[in-house]
Amino acid sequence: MSTSHQRFNTRAGRAFDVLNVALLTGVGLLAILPFLYVLAGSFATELEITTRPFFLWPEEITTSSYRSILSSDVFVRAFATTVVVTFVGTLVQLGLTALMAYPLAKADLPGRRTVLALVVFTMVFSAGMIPTFLVVKDLGLLDTYWALILPMAINPFSLIIIKNFFQQLPPELEESAKIDGANELQVLRHVVLPLSKPVLATFALFYAVGIWNDYLSPLLYLSDTSKWTLQMILRQVTAAASLSADEMATDVPPPAQGIKFAVVVIATIPVLLAYPFLQKHFAKGMLIGSVKG
Amino acid sequence: MTTALAADPEPPRPRPRSRPQRLRRDAVRYRWLLLLMLPGALYFALFRFWPMYGARIAFKNYIPFLGIDGSEWVGLDHFQAFLSNPDFTRLLANTLIVAALSLFIAFPLTIVLALLLNELRLQILKRTVQTLVYIPHFLSWTVVVSITALLFAIGTGPLWTFLSDLFGTDANMLADPDWFRPLILMQMVWKDTGWGTIIFLAALAGVDQEQYEAAVIDGAGRWQRVRNITIPSIMPTIVVLLILHTGQILNTGFEQIYLMSNSLNRTVADVFDTYVYFAGIEQGAYSYSTAVGLFKALVGLVLIFGTNWLAKRFNQQGIF
Repeated sequence: MSTSHQRFNTRAGRAFDVLNVALLTGVGLLAILPFLYVLAGSFATELEITTRPFFLWPEEITTSSYRSILSSDVFVRAFATTVVVTFVGTLVQLGLTALMAYPLAKADLPGRRTVLALVVFTMVFSAGMIPTFLVVKDLGLLDTYWALILPMAINPFSLIIIKNFFQQLPPELEESAKIDGANELQVLRHVVLPLSKPVLATFALFYAVGIWNDYLSPLLYLSDTSKWTLQMILRQVTAAASLSADEMATDVPPPAQGIKFAVVVIATIPVLLAYPFLQKHFAKGMLIGSVKG
Repeated sequence: MTTALAADPEPPRPRPRSRPQRLRRDAVRYRWLLLLMLPGALYFALFRFWPMYGARIAFKNYIPFLGIDGSEWVGLDHFQAFLSNPDFTRLLANTLIVAALSLFIAFPLTIVLALLLNELRLQILKRTVQTLVYIPHFLSWTVVVSITALLFAIGTGPLWTFLSDLFGTDANMLADPDWFRPLILMQMVWKDTGWGTIIFLAALAGVDQEQYEAAVIDGAGRWQRVRNITIPSIMPTIVVLLILHTGQILNTGFEQIYLMSNSLNRTVADVFDTYVYFAGIEQGAYSYSTAVGLFKALVGLVLIFGTNWLAKRFNQQGIF
């Protein structure tokens, strides 16, 4: 397209191009500026935060906010908990999704259409928060970490995209493995899964980010504050001063501004670390599987 | 799909006579696949369908001690109580306003951003901007709301300072009902506009480039090419997304609204989702809040099939 565009561009077209470059550069910056400000603030002194309205580089760099967070047992425990729950949860969720996607990719499996229709039905209709809460309660999962993992174990969208991906793998590979005497489990393990690494990696990261960022599940299912995850602590810390006194859940005095900045950064950094890997694959991974079928 | 067309490698077997026989044959033949399916099937049964069965408490006065079956049947009483509740119109208005912000402002902005990105010739800049605008999608609502709280911190936050100078006010925007919706919209746009462009850019990448060249030969200008080639080529995507969007009208996104609401802005902040939480989890009115949730889900179901039907009537592809 670029060749024809370049050859036949009017003066108005060129003016538009200049404006467009400027506008989109601005949009790109707006997307990250708020986070860069928070990052800068997390290394700034209390005085600088309260006196300078906006900065991207602190005049005096200090790590005191981080040091005081990391010396807090509550925070360190929440961080460790969240890391473990995210890791285990991702394995469980991706495992369940891939195991179910594989049989559903087989066109000749009896009952496949019914199961798929039921899965799609859950995408447009759900019983809602309270009945799901009661099921989690009846299963005895309240105040356990499994409540953060199992109720959302299989995302129907992910399931269908992974299924579609399995479906468009060349059937010859599987057939030759079967002629060599492999059963379905061996085909899955030695043929299908190795070919699906990029797609599975993408969805592993989506699941991981989903668990890491989840606020609703701990809010609903964890009443024991010693089990709280990072997002719950983050909420507790940053909500303190923006709310009126009667809103505050604890009697602890509001934390200094610097600590809020640093907590936001710590809650975000793991996601940002995963982002380059995610970005490499998500567009491709999403599109490969999104063929209707 | 190709696998569906591929010939079955196994030779034809004699047709089994009865249903039990066929079932037994299938169970043996597909034992591995069925075994693999089992955990997932169990998941859907337990966490997706069992709650739907449990949702019958919406028609009962559920008392946990008596169990669902032992609780008294009250029919549509809870639905009636909800619809005649003085809070109902306020909740409906708040919910619809948030939905309208998303549908009429955030969604069109996504299309505009995708079109602008598509017109960008500098590939390096295009990729860089894409990389940057996708990032906020991956931040949690807790982080987004916390960043908002820091940016709007009264007296110190950069955006508070800027806006209070601009409008000559010293309101606490985080608690002021007048500022609730602008803030919600701002967060929505910041978090998901960039991410939303992916699907349009994918549709645009599939447009046959010869169409543009033919249009140039026919003397079509830049804007005419956008209007007559680019926009029609993403129209099916727009329609599908609109259908999906409509089904979600009553789902405002619990986390964002819940985290942004406080005792001072509750009059405009309360929506169906947060109402279900407060009534059900905090006050323990399980049956009543289930009825509210069910009402919401049923309206969503009707809307999604309704818009799908409309889309088909107007010669656009639906999703079903």
